[in-house]
Amino acid sequence: MFGLLVLALSGCGESAWNDPYPAADAEANVYYSSFAERPKHLDPARSYSSDEYAFLAQIYEPPLQYHFLLRPYRLVPLSAAEVPEPRYFDAAGHPLPEDAPVAAIDHSDYLIRIQPGIRFQPHPAFARADDGSYRYHALSPGDLKGINRLADFEATGTRELTAEDFAHQIKRLAAPWSHSPIAGLMREHIRGFGELADQLAGLESAGALERVAALRQASLSGVEVLDSRTLRIRLEGKYPQFQYWLAMPFFAPMPWEADVFYAQPGLAERNITLDWYPVGTGPYMLSENDPNRRMVLERNPNFHGESYPSEGMPENRDSGILNDAGRPIPFIDRAIYSLEKEDIPRWTKFLQGYYDASGISSDAFDQAVQIDASGEPILTEVMRERGISLLTSVEPSIFYMGFNMLDPVIGGDSERARLLRRAISIAVDFEEFISIFANGRGLVAQSPLPPGIFGHREGEAGINPFVYEWRNGRPERRSLDEAQVLMEQAGYPNGVDRETGRALSLNYEAVATGPDDRARLNWIRKQFAKLGIELVIRSTDYNRFQEKIRNGTGQVFMWGWNADYPDPENFLFLLYGPNGKVEHQGENASNYANPEFDRLFDAMKYMEDGPERQALIDQLVEIARRDAPWIWGFHPKSFSLHHRWLLNAHPNQMANNTLKYRRLDPEQRQAARRDWNPPILWPLWAAGGVLVLLVLPAWWMVRRRERSTAL
Amino acid sequence: MTAYIVRRLLYAIPILIGVNLLTFMLFFVVNSPDDMARMHLGQKRVTEEAIQSWKAERGYDRPLLYNAEADGLASLTDTILFQKSVKLFVFQFGSSDDGRDIGYDISQRMWPSLAIAVPVLLIGLAFNISYALFIVFFRATYVDIGSVVLLVAMMSISGLFYIIGGQFLIGKLWHLAPISGYDQGLNAWKFLILPVIVGVVAGIGSGTRWYRTLFLEEIGRDYVRTARAKGLSERVVLFRHVLRNALIPILTGVVVVLPLLFMGSLITESFFGIPGLGSYTIDAISNQDFAIVRAMVFLGAVLYILGLILTDISYTLVDPRVRLQ
Repeated sequence: MFGLLVLALSGCGESAWNDPYPAADAEANVYYSSFAERPKHLDPARSYSSDEYAFLAQIYEPPLQYHFLLRPYRLVPLSAAEVPEPRYFDAAGHPLPEDAPVAAIDHSDYLIRIQPGIRFQPHPAFARADDGSYRYHALSPGDLKGINRLADFEATGTRELTAEDFAHQIKRLAAPWSHSPIAGLMREHIRGFGELADQLAGLESAGALERVAALRQASLSGVEVLDSRTLRIRLEGKYPQFQYWLAMPFFAPMPWEADVFYAQPGLAERNITLDWYPVGTGPYMLSENDPNRRMVLERNPNFHGESYPSEGMPENRDSGILNDAGRPIPFIDRAIYSLEKEDIPRWTKFLQGYYDASGISSDAFDQAVQIDASGEPILTEVMRERGISLLTSVEPSIFYMGFNMLDPVIGGDSERARLLRRAISIAVDFEEFISIFANGRGLVAQSPLPPGIFGHREGEAGINPFVYEWRNGRPERRSLDEAQVLMEQAGYPNGVDRETGRALSLNYEAVATGPDDRARLNWIRKQFAKLGIELVIRSTDYNRFQEKIRNGTGQVFMWGWNADYPDPENFLFLLYGPNGKVEHQGENASNYANPEFDRLFDAMKYMEDGPERQALIDQLVEIARRDAPWIWGFHPKSFSLHHRWLLNAHPNQMANNTLKYRRLDPEQRQAARRDWNPPILWPLWAAGGVLVLLVLPAWWMVRRRERSTAL
Repeated sequence: MTAYIVRRLLYAIPILIGVNLLTFMLFFVVNSPDDMARMHLGQKRVTEEAIQSWKAERGYDRPLLYNAEADGLASLTDTILFQKSVKLFVFQFGSSDDGRDIGYDISQRMWPSLAIAVPVLLIGLAFNISYALFIVFFRATYVDIGSVVLLVAMMSISGLFYIIGGQFLIGKLWHLAPISGYDQGLNAWKFLILPVIVGVVAGIGSGTRWYRTLFLEEIGRDYVRTARAKGLSERVVLFRHVLRNALIPILTGVVVVLPLLFMGSLITESFFGIPGLGSYTIDAISNQDFAIVRAMVFLGAVLYILGLILTDISYTLVDPRVRLQ
């Protein structure tokens, strides 16, 4: 077996024996990365997860994008010519000033002008026959013989992007068969969206081609194509956050030709669907989609071109991140993403130079990162020797421990329950949680708003005074004695319910699947035990857990939120009463409802950033801290490692289309791979030697036994 | 024999109905159609309308087992159980819950599974039989005792340990083969080395022990004593007489697993990144894709029954005394 291994691998030529890639690609300008979860959807109307956006954002171009380097996050044009400024009108259609009161605004218009010269990637949907008709728009069963992948179609074509393509995509969002997760939200905001959705609902049982035809013919009153390059979107009232949605793939243009092409009978049966083969205008196109093995993005030959940003933050000047300023992008020809479900092979391949960048799993954390004297994470000696660099940034997310405000014991607006929640907030030590269970990769939350989001306050002004006090220039968690005093005031001295004389018992809803979960649950139980509260862990599967949260039958639980866009509204709405999970099926999982909070939130949500908005946010945060519907938990920090040959890697938590900025030095990479992966042959020789040592004496003994006489 | 095979195939039908019913019950005890819809629609901003629409599109808006609103036979046929099961019996697996054709995916993914399972079976068989014969030759010596201790130790170690240990030593420390991954066609060979070695080594303990037992049982029989009395060498006795007569149980063990080689290995495929049917099934379970789970369990049951029938047939080939009636 070992001999076979030697013979087989010695034919590998120049490449290392353990090189998973073809030798021909050794010095190619190819970016290598991995993915753990296969993307479920690649239809931009439907896709809504970061796993999917890692691919989609390189392929589709919505009107806007986030600037790569500038902070706070700023929207800049992508397929649009400029960032559209909303124009406000009253019910009579008269223009209103920018600072008009929200109540006076009947509708707002966004005029989107599209850049000229943008063309779609080569795709069979655009291919034309000699007579000018679409070559593949009337496919017969005979035409589909031998067709199993999109690449099996011989001809491709393209055409210029028009405003109609954006309008078509917005109509797709309304189509019930698209299952767009933002259809409900857009129904509230885009004029005529609900009517169109209701009109299309009758077609759910119709054939795919019939649906597409109906969609093309249907009109959406709030979306008007003014000319081939101009689109007007009309929103009900004021909704300034709409601009952020314009930077998400939901609003990427979709050519009607693609919809018609994929709707033809026989293609879905061959797994040729829009959900599998995207059609975009971006710098890359998906040339291979085998999410069970790998996904390959290739440079789009029709890409309209874009330049590397020339603006950055002052700290970017010396970091080298602006060295490519003004150069045409993308730099990389191809990006290969391989499926790696397990951490061990993924991490090993990164260390061997076969992946250009990597996250850090908990198991590998100590090998990669150590904490210096000032508490800052730095790379270990081994990583530094390899020229690996570490990038960290706080994610626009929050993990919190929620109290079900509908629960008669832990929830509600009574002072007793409020004091109980505040006492628990002090006792549950999230600094320790981050240290033990997240390798220190987190920042304790003082409010729902993470750093980098407008309204977040740093320093003493930003601490939650109900849980922390400011000492020696930093926040310090209040003592357990203070928590016990609160418990006593709440009627639970030392955790004993004064009314019943029994220890207070609370239920914690959890999804537990492995040994790591047990350690975490034990830790949570101990936090509550500090106050004498008996925490009953009700562990279940994810479906039942969600059901309990939906029905409001739980008491305490952990939950999280990842921002859609960098606006405080997208975090504070998690505490907005009309967004309650039980009553309104919203995202307010703790079902918190405070009329004062709701009133202030309504006033704040559509306001422009500024001192007035900051003042309202301060009030909202203060109310929420006082009522303590959540223990604020933590904002996770992302850690990513990059090899020295991967340039222009920069953390940007909002932009997903950053592959186009990255540059590689493939020669340096190949040299490192050779240095780091020389085959170690002695085990093979040793195994062979051991085999010989075993077989020869055995052979000798066999012969001796056969030649010996019976007596 | 034809009548026997037909009879066995007919017996298979109630077994398959039972398996299908059991899969259905177990799956829907844990997951409701609403849960499946939520899983596929994502976690954020999922509305009740979207859930209902998803269910209606895929036929999960029907009752599970009995449709009280339908009349006559339709009360049984207009249900999720009937609609989702009946086509399985003509091997029409339909579409997965994310819209992909399951039959096509199975036809694509069985090759990587076979690419690992077949070499592991053949090399493992050759090595284990050779080693077992070697031990039997030196029975009741230190070679025998030492080997049995080694084999028991190897049996006691978890399969996961072999995978991680193999990846660590061969892939990470010695740089002799890619630690994970797969490629199409002939380019796949490089990625098969490590999982095949791990698969063979992981099977040595139990495999060799099993064959050793078979050979020891045979070696004590009268015909072996007769062969020895005739003056045949021990080598000839072992290879010509003992091995041939021990083939019946060996064949039983091998033939019954042959069809199941298609199904792949759940853990191995996941750790080595092999896009086979094992990882297909695991993914479907974690994604609550009932269509795939149902199809794979059904296929597994069919292949197992097929394996048992093939075993019976193989008896008649290696042992002329056996006749199927």
